Amino acid sequence: MNPVNYLFLSALLFTIGAAGVLIRRNAIVVFMCVELMLNACNLAFVTFSRMHGNLDGQIIAFFTMVVAAAEVVVGLAIIVTVYRSRHSASVDDASLMKL
Amino acid sequence: MSTMNTVHSLWTMAAEPAGKIDSPHIEYAQLSPTLIVLGAAIIGVLAEAFVPRKSRYAVQIGIALLGFAAAFAAVIALAAGGHAKEEAQIAAMGAIAVDGPALFLQGTILLVALVAVFTFAERRLDPQEHGKHVDSFAAQGSAVPGGPAEQAAVKAGFTTTEVFPLLAFAVGGMLIFPAANDLLTLFIALEVFSLPLYVLCALARRKRLMSQEAAVKYFLLGAFSSAFFLFGVALLYGYAGTVSYAGIAEVVEGTRQASDPALAQTMGNDALLLIGGAMLLMGLLFKVGAVPFHQWTPDVYQGAPTPVTGFMAAATKVAAFGALLRLLYVVLPGLRWDWRPVMWGVAIATMVIGAILAVTQTDVKRLLAYSSVAHAGFILAGVTAATPDGISSVLFYLAAYSFVTLGAFAVVTLVRDAGGEATHLSKWAGLGRRSPLVAAVFAVFLLAFAGIPLTSGFAGKFAVFKAAAEGGATPLVVIGVISSAIAAFFYVRVIVLMFFSEPKPEGPSVVIPSVLTSTAIAVGVAVTLVLGLAPQYFLDLAGDAGVFVR
Repeated sequence: MNPVNYLFLSALLFTIGAAGVLIRRNAIVVFMCVELMLNACNLAFVTFSRMHGNLDGQIIAFFTMVVAAAEVVVGLAIIVTVYRSRHSASVDDASLMKL
Repeated sequence: MSTMNTVHSLWTMAAEPAGKIDSPHIEYAQLSPTLIVLGAAIIGVLAEAFVPRKSRYAVQIGIALLGFAAAFAAVIALAAGGHAKEEAQIAAMGAIAVDGPALFLQGTILLVALVAVFTFAERRLDPQEHGKHVDSFAAQGSAVPGGPAEQAAVKAGFTTTEVFPLLAFAVGGMLIFPAANDLLTLFIALEVFSLPLYVLCALARRKRLMSQEAAVKYFLLGAFSSAFFLFGVALLYGYAGTVSYAGIAEVVEGTRQASDPALAQTMGNDALLLIGGAMLLMGLLFKVGAVPFHQWTPDVYQGAPTPVTGFMAAATKVAAFGALLRLLYVVLPGLRWDWRPVMWGVAIATMVIGAILAVTQTDVKRLLAYSSVAHAGFILAGVTAATPDGISSVLFYLAAYSFVTLGAFAVVTLVRDAGGEATHLSKWAGLGRRSPLVAAVFAVFLLAFAGIPLTSGFAGKFAVFKAAAEGGATPLVVIGVISSAIAAFFYVRVIVLMFFSEPKPEGPSVVIPSVLTSTAIAVGVAVTLVLGLAPQYFLDLAGDAGVFVR
């Protein structure tokens, strides 16, 4: 199978993730969409690695996974603290500082 | 089929005896500033686990100050050893560049971090709670605001001493960011300095809901932008088949062709290069707070604890502009005719929108946030110059601007009423009559922001605009000067408000700080005046440092 198809899939996943970040209102779901975008990047890395015949892309995919895990730790901590103090994880409710 | 064979041969080669793999060569001495800071951060985490709660505060301050000072000494030693000029080299198997701009920016970031430790450690501003001095950070970050757990934590006199290791980790990432010499290192450094900053934003002692809201916004938008950044890295990797700066630059300039005809379709595909480069720039422009990626700045600057805001506003900008310069000047110089018009547009929009929106603000911290957006625009004007003067003027501007920002936010922490910091502008009316010294110091910082002669702001702006004009961006300079004038209007408006209006009877009071914040503000004033009165030595220093190693 032509590896370019995986690039199209990766771009599609990235777009779905980006659209989700912009459309969804629950902070957790927004965050999941960001993770989807990161995984789309991983797919692109691995595909390019296959096309170029070097291993750089696969190594980078591992680094991305570690970064995504670290981001989950920090992100969930922040979202959960906000949920506990407001009983809502909606990004629309976070509007204390509007002009 | 040839690609299949190459991949296959890679796997079989990896199965050969380990003796044939060369172990990587790491230049520890050249990397010592970063290693020292990250080491201090790890020792700080250990201290958090093992040192008794009573003595943690002193121990953590000691570790942070020692670490930053030692790292700064290492930077000076490297610069004195010629690593900024003739000895400049690429270290750690091509991952980190040790050259003039990297060392200059690392030195600046470390000095900013040293001063930031003083503002972080300040414990005389808030009234004592249960007989204990408290700092600007929450007693227990995880406790629900106003809940029983928080009351218990406050009563027990807990403090979040974790802020010092978090600060050290952020500084470690910032030291790598402008020195990174491949896109993977750049991405990891971006995350290493962003993640601690997200946490620091959520830890304010007063107005905790606002602080947590700032952290959520910063985190979600920051993660969103770093996903774009990463996809840009992926596309550039697809374009060049490598993530090293030199390798990509070679493919952009066409000096290296695809070795395999089957790859010709992917490698050197301009669509990948342009889209990838644009996404990479989006990630970096988000970090510097340039229009149209500036929306997070006012909310995060307002909600975060003020010492954190001061550090973030100064150091993040230095690190991110360093990375932006290296990317544009080392990786994409062959693409100059494509990125210059884009950066022109971004610079113009950033200067104008930052200055105009700042005029409408009523909160000091938001005002300083929009002013930082406008300043990002002025710095971008220097970036577009694409000449050696462009590099050195941006370096000088960053050094000058970071200390003014740090000092200005330190002054904001002093003006307080019963609810904590009184950041609404109406409360600052008549401050000059009640406490002339604080108002005068703040006026010096505002004049430096406005770029009035004899302050560092003027020297920086002059250098940047001169470089931009010589680089052929005269219209940009004209717009820059006009938006400086708009910006000067609201800086002067605050000065007039402080000195020429009647103080309100129920207005805020100015707290007498301990020696820590006083030192931070004094350093800010001193750097502002020295760089304003005698800029030549530092301009020469930045000029000497302004050559990237390739």
